[in-house]
Amino acid sequence: METTSASPRHLKPLDFGAEPMVVELGPQHPAMHGITRFQCRLDGEVVEEMVPDIGYLHRGFEKEAEATNYIKIIPYTDRLNYVSPLINNVGYVMAVEKLFGVEAPRRAQYARVIMSEISRVTDHLTCNGASAMEVGAMTVFLWFIKAREYLWELVEEVTGARLTTNWTRIGGNANDLPYGFLSMLEERLKKVEEAVNEGEVLILRNKIFIDRLKDVGILSRERALSYGFTGPMIRATGVPYDLRRADPYLVYDELDFEIPVGTVGDCFDRFLVRQEEIRQSIRIIRQAVDKLPPGDYHCRDRRVWMPEKYEVFNSIEGLIDHFKIVMEGPKPPPGEAYMGVEGGNGELGFYVVSDGSGHPVKCRVRPPCFNFVSAVPEMTIGHYVADIVPIFGSINMIGGELER
Amino acid sequence: MTLLFDILTNPAVQAILKILVIVLGFVMIVGTVLTLMERKWSSAVQDRIGPNRANLGRFRGRGTVHLAADAIKSIFKEDTIPAHADRLIFTIAPFFSLFAAMVVWAIIPVAAPIGSFTFQITDVNIGFLLVFAVTSLGVYGAVLAGWSSNNKFAILGATRSTAQMLSYEIFLGLSLVGVFMVNGSVTVSTVVANQGQYWFGDLIPKWGVITQPLAFLMFFTAMLAEMKRLPFDAPEGESEIIAGYFLEYSGMRWSAFMLAEYIAIVGASALTVTLFFGGYHVPWLHADGFELFGWLLPLPTFIVATLQILSFIVKVLFFCWLVILIRWTVPRFRFDQIMELGWKKMLPLALANLLITAVWLLAIDHWHL
Amino acid sequence: MSQDPATGGAASAAAPAAAAQPPALTRLLLERFGDRVLSHHTQHGDETVSIRREGMLDVFSFLKDDPRCAFELMIDLTAVDYLPRAPRFEVVVHLKSIGKNHRLRVKIPVAEQAPEVDSIQGLWVAANWYERECHEMYGITFKGHPNLAPLLLYDGFEGYPLRKDYPKGYQQPLVPMRPVRERYDYGERFHPVKHSHAAAVTEPTEG
Repeated sequence: METTSASPRHLKPLDFGAEPMVVELGPQHPAMHGITRFQCRLDGEVVEEMVPDIGYLHRGFEKEAEATNYIKIIPYTDRLNYVSPLINNVGYVMAVEKLFGVEAPRRAQYARVIMSEISRVTDHLTCNGASAMEVGAMTVFLWFIKAREYLWELVEEVTGARLTTNWTRIGGNANDLPYGFLSMLEERLKKVEEAVNEGEVLILRNKIFIDRLKDVGILSRERALSYGFTGPMIRATGVPYDLRRADPYLVYDELDFEIPVGTVGDCFDRFLVRQEEIRQSIRIIRQAVDKLPPGDYHCRDRRVWMPEKYEVFNSIEGLIDHFKIVMEGPKPPPGEAYMGVEGGNGELGFYVVSDGSGHPVKCRVRPPCFNFVSAVPEMTIGHYVADIVPIFGSINMIGGELER
Repeated sequence: MTLLFDILTNPAVQAILKILVIVLGFVMIVGTVLTLMERKWSSAVQDRIGPNRANLGRFRGRGTVHLAADAIKSIFKEDTIPAHADRLIFTIAPFFSLFAAMVVWAIIPVAAPIGSFTFQITDVNIGFLLVFAVTSLGVYGAVLAGWSSNNKFAILGATRSTAQMLSYEIFLGLSLVGVFMVNGSVTVSTVVANQGQYWFGDLIPKWGVITQPLAFLMFFTAMLAEMKRLPFDAPEGESEIIAGYFLEYSGMRWSAFMLAEYIAIVGASALTVTLFFGGYHVPWLHADGFELFGWLLPLPTFIVATLQILSFIVKVLFFCWLVILIRWTVPRFRFDQIMELGWKKMLPLALANLLITAVWLLAIDHWHL
Repeated sequence: MSQDPATGGAASAAAPAAAAQPPALTRLLLERFGDRVLSHHTQHGDETVSIRREGMLDVFSFLKDDPRCAFELMIDLTAVDYLPRAPRFEVVVHLKSIGKNHRLRVKIPVAEQAPEVDSIQGLWVAANWYERECHEMYGITFKGHPNLAPLLLYDGFEGYPLRKDYPKGYQQPLVPMRPVRERYDYGERFHPVKHSHAAAVTEPTEG
């Protein structure tokens, strides 16, 4: 497609006495998705210089985690990425499970896959909807949000909360998938697919929308790798790096799905990659539902899982185990473990160091969008002010995860 | 009695009465209702319910109470003026917009004249040119508001709106030259009366949209840009420059801007109807009744006038609806894309339309087609 | 304990792993930089090497550029504070190679007296922000980093919050209200590298 808008990167500075203007985008700005600040120096409408400023949502997750036990960290992880909290839950407990050397039973793993993929769909719906809204397609945003709502109701059905899920446990899940959930899931997935298709009809063949996103915010493959991009952002540049394939965790190696990749790495590619990933995630969910094995939803390892109530009341070992877990929390053997899962934005890593006590020495989160935000100036400089918004929208910055 | 008759037939009194009836009785009301209808229609597009919470006791009226609630709210809201703003200009800027939006109605006829009485506030001989001259003042509203706010986003919005409105005025005018050439006049009454003629005997009404289809598309696009409606709302660009030029406004002044926007929609719809959709004409309705294929349904004059007014209102509302529907369907252009569309695509198109029209008229003249 | 990086250092942890055959990457590093590798282990399947601070840049550029390693992605950089232990800090870098599909964790022990390591942001741009964060949280200096200004914390934050001797409930002193300048001379005072939460307004007023 031929676009006549020559890239404004080649614009020469004005030769009459015009002075650049410094604009503070944020921290309170409708497009800043939470609270991030960008100081931009504008030459007319073209961004000359840009300095991101983050930290307005820093809550000291790591410090807090070092002071609590391993179970109590799980609710904190919800608050990291408040659009796909279940993936964070899963990632964290898997890092701790790696430390313990325990594994959740297969039914729990399948359930985790289903819930992770639901979260991924909600994440991508939010991001793409917001991208569309920021170039003015409000209707698409609301349609996607409506679809997201269907899924959040499902999440609520399973975990009891829409966002603050706190669903996984070390060695299993808080509960099994509830009765009637699977049929409800299928019905909701159909609705989501319908909403996604409807939204695409409205924008993907719209010249204005394509012009707004195409060739905007390009970051070359080499730079993207150097910036440590993962997830849809790196896949948009054509690198098929997906942790679900590269280092299969849970039961992803038993499921059949494709990894969509882009070509150029502009905002439009990112949009398309996310749209396709929604479809692939739905495909994964359907397969996981078909293969969902019967069995337990938690392991029987006494180090991490409380004994049954009758054991607590009737045996001394049960009572001691119960007491230990309640009073001191599970105590992993000393060591360190890194577990990366494919979050909505990319590689979400948890690096947990244990010294054998009930508290971690270090509980580090590797936030995917940290790298993206650091690359925003490079993607933006030379573009127009109006392009800041779709670029920033396409990286799907999540404040809780970025600043922890 | 004769005194009353004298007063009523006095042209000045008649003009004032018409202003009151048309502007207060129609434009302001439709403009106000549109503020609610935009929300209701958008909620229909987006699978939502829309505003329905304001109530008078148990009466909710499907959200109509929101009209009163909004008005009361904006009247009683604090009217903040930023410390660094230019107070005088900041205060008067909204009224430029409001004034420019309303002045269109000076020349719009809402029904065919009965005898010497016209359903039009004034029929000046420069007609549409007056409208374009005065609506251009609307740009001052945006510029002064943006500049006097002393806010960077407002300045960006103001510069954008200046560039956009000035550029689009050029081919707004050019697109209409074809219409004026076809009609041989810029007077509104002539343009509308000419659209009451028919082609192929009595079959196809000679509306502007049929004689000048290209001009209609360009005019409507330009009107969207002049109104700063999506997809041309870069001056307001709520996602990047928040609200653009009226970012710092609050309370009633902000409402004045919003009202101006909706009144401008009504005005633009009225202009579109007048120029391209036969104004008040109902197809096949003549001064003495419906007539088609020589078959006549006679109607008294006052019914004809009522039908014409109704037809005008229906057409105007249709275009208001269209403008709002467009807003909730398409994304926003970037500012440079707006300029590109204007100068590189619309302007040549307008000139081509002019050329074709000229050649066509010449051919008609020459060969008596 | 045979594996106890927290108290015994990584050296003892490496003992059982070294008895078996160390994995390919570790072997490669041992061959190439035998004296710089302090220890190594593959606990929980995560391949880990601990290297000396001196000459660490060579190791990292080898890891990035050598086709047998080809680590295109720097996944994570952080530090761990093992307070009572002798080399108090450890800078931990996680690397990932997409082409080879392997991972490596590189640890650099850092003493408390001179917490300083080389910056690897010349190799991976991603390290830029991670090092800034690590610097403000642990007080570890990265030599060769262009701008170690605070990232998540504000200007004037006292202490290093993620060190173990920083009390969790400690309250920072209030920052005095900063004067707001009336006019900004953007041309020269806008420094893109200078970071502060009020970069444009923190200059002292001159009337």
